[in-house]
Amino acid sequence: MDSASLTIAEKILSKKAGRTVKAGEIIVADIDFIMAHDGTAPLAIEQFSELDVNNVYDPSKILFVIDHTGPSPSDRVSNIHKMMRNFARKNMCHFRDVGYGICHQILIEEFVEPEMLIIGADSHTCTHGALGAFATGMGSTEVAVGMAYGQTWLKVPESIKIELLGKLNWPLTSKDVILYLIGELGPDGADYMAIEFVGEGIKEMSMESRFTLTNMAVEAGAKVGFCPVDKKAQFFLQKERGKNFPELKPDLKADYADEITVNVNEVDFMISAPHSVDNVKTIAEVEGIEIDQVFIGTCTNGRFEDLQTAARILKGKKVKDNVRLIVQPASRKVYLRALKAGIIETFLTAGAVINPPGCGPCVGRHLGLLGDGEVCLSTQNRNFKGRMGNPKAEIYLSSPAVAAASAVTGKITDPKEVMVKT
Amino acid sequence: MIIEGRVWKFGDNINTDLIIAGKYKYDTLDMKEMAKHTFEALRPDFYKKVKEGDIIVSGRNFGCGSSREQAPLVLKALGIKVIVAESFARIFYRNAINLGLLALECNGISRAVEEGDVVRIKLEEGTVENISSGATLNFKPLPKLILEIFKEGGLVPYVKKNKGMKI
Repeated sequence: MDSASLTIAEKILSKKAGRTVKAGEIIVADIDFIMAHDGTAPLAIEQFSELDVNNVYDPSKILFVIDHTGPSPSDRVSNIHKMMRNFARKNMCHFRDVGYGICHQILIEEFVEPEMLIIGADSHTCTHGALGAFATGMGSTEVAVGMAYGQTWLKVPESIKIELLGKLNWPLTSKDVILYLIGELGPDGADYMAIEFVGEGIKEMSMESRFTLTNMAVEAGAKVGFCPVDKKAQFFLQKERGKNFPELKPDLKADYADEITVNVNEVDFMISAPHSVDNVKTIAEVEGIEIDQVFIGTCTNGRFEDLQTAARILKGKKVKDNVRLIVQPASRKVYLRALKAGIIETFLTAGAVINPPGCGPCVGRHLGLLGDGEVCLSTQNRNFKGRMGNPKAEIYLSSPAVAAASAVTGKITDPKEVMVKT
Repeated sequence: MIIEGRVWKFGDNINTDLIIAGKYKYDTLDMKEMAKHTFEALRPDFYKKVKEGDIIVSGRNFGCGSSREQAPLVLKALGIKVIVAESFARIFYRNAINLGLLALECNGISRAVEEGDVVRIKLEEGTVENISSGATLNFKPLPKLILEIFKEGGLVPYVKKNKGMKI
C-alpha cells in the first residue's frame, strides 16, 4: 500500500489505527475529545447510565455545553439543564453553562488541536476540520459509549477535494462560497465523505472564514470538512493554545472520489431559499423579497469577523421599521471583543436586539421564533421547514453582509446597494 | 429474520427537523410524549394512524440534518421497526442502528413500493418483497459490524456484551 498517497482523513486515521488505512476500511479508534450539548447530552447521560461503568473514561476529554436553550426558556428545560450540571459535576468533566457560547465556538477557542479525533453530539462538529482535527457529528448513544470506553468505530471516508482559486473581495465572504458549493453538491453530494478545502482561496482566507466553510460541510452530507494546517492555522493555534503544531496537508497523489475547482472571484452573493439549504439562488434571483426578521449569529456566522462585517454595513444606518434585527455573538469572548471594538454599539444604535451568546432562534426553541407566514433572513446553516419554531414561516440563508444590508431595507438586498448610498 | 409490515411512504431528503421539530426536543426525555409531534409539519396525524410494526419507505438521504437521536427514537416509540430508503444521511444511519432500528439501503425501493403496500423483508437473504405487487428487490447487505450491533439490539447492549468497542 502506498502510504504517500493519503488524504488528510486517511493520514489522521492511519495514525489512530497504527497502520496505513485507506477509504472504505472500518477501524476502532481512541477518541481525543467528546462534546455534547443540552439537545443531546441528556439522552447521552440516560444511555451512559445503562452501561456497566461507574465513571467516564477521562473527564478532561469531555465537554458539556448549554447553548441550544440557554438561559432556560421553561421550568421543564431548566430541569434538563440541572441533570446535565449534576452529571458534569459528579464526573468532573468540562462544563460550560449558559452564556459561555455555542459548543463549536468553545471548542475552537479552548480545545481543538490538529489530528485529534473529536466526536460531538451535534452535526456541525465537522467545523473543527478547519484546524486539522478529524471531527464528526454522532448521536447521543455513541457519545455515551465514547464517554464510557474512550473509543468509537469509523469507516475511513472517501474524500472530495475542493480547490478554491482567487481571493474574495469584501463584502463577499466564505458563506457565499459554501452556499454556492452546497448548491453544486446537493444535500447528499458528500454523504459519508470528507471534504478537503484547499488552494489559494483557502490560503487567503482567515481562520474565521474557514470555520464557516467547514461548518456547512454536513449540509452536503459530509462527515468532516478539512482545511490544511498551514501557517495561518499554526499561528492561530500558537496564539490560542500556546503550542506549535506541524503542518498537515494531503499528499500530492492522494486519491479523491471527486475534485471540484471554484474560482471564488466568480461567486456572487448567494442565498438559500426555503426549505432546503441546497435551494441556492444568486442575489439577483431573490432581491426584493420582503422580510420580517434578520438573524445574525450561530456557529456558522456568529464570530467576530461576521459581526464586524455586518456592523461596517450597518454603521450610521437604521434597521427598517417593522423589521427585527437579532444579533447573537457565538461566544462570550466574541461578545466582549465586539463590545470593545464598538461593534455592539453600532448594532444597538441601528436598532438591533442583542441575544446572549448561544444558538438562539436557529434551533427553534426561544429568542426570536417566527410567526405564521413570516419571512426570516438568517446567517445560520439550515432553513428546513419549522427550523425556527414555525413550519408556516420561511427562512432564507445568507452571509452577514447580505443580512445586514437587508435589515436596512426590509427586503433581500445586495450589500453594494446599501454601501453606495453612504 | 423475517419482518413484515405495512408501508408509509416518504420522499427524498426527509430531514430530522421534519421527523421531529427541534422545538420539541429540549423539554422532555419522554419519547412517547415527543412522538405525538412526529412528522408534524408533513403529516400532522401520523402518530395516530401509524401501527406497531409499520415500515417506512423513503427516497434518498433519509434523516439528513441534525444529529438528534430523538429522530430515530420517536419513530421507534411509534412502533416503526424498519426504514427502507434509497439512501440515508450518515449520522441518522448510525443512530438508527445504534438504537436497534433497522435501516436498509435499497436501490429502486421508492419506485417499487406504494403507500399502504405490505412488504416482507428477509434480513439474511437481503431481499425486500412487495407482497401487494409481487416485486422483489435486493437491499445492500449490512457490513458485519453493523449487523452485529443491530442483532444485539443496539450499541449499548453490544458494548455491554463485548465490554467495550470491539470489531
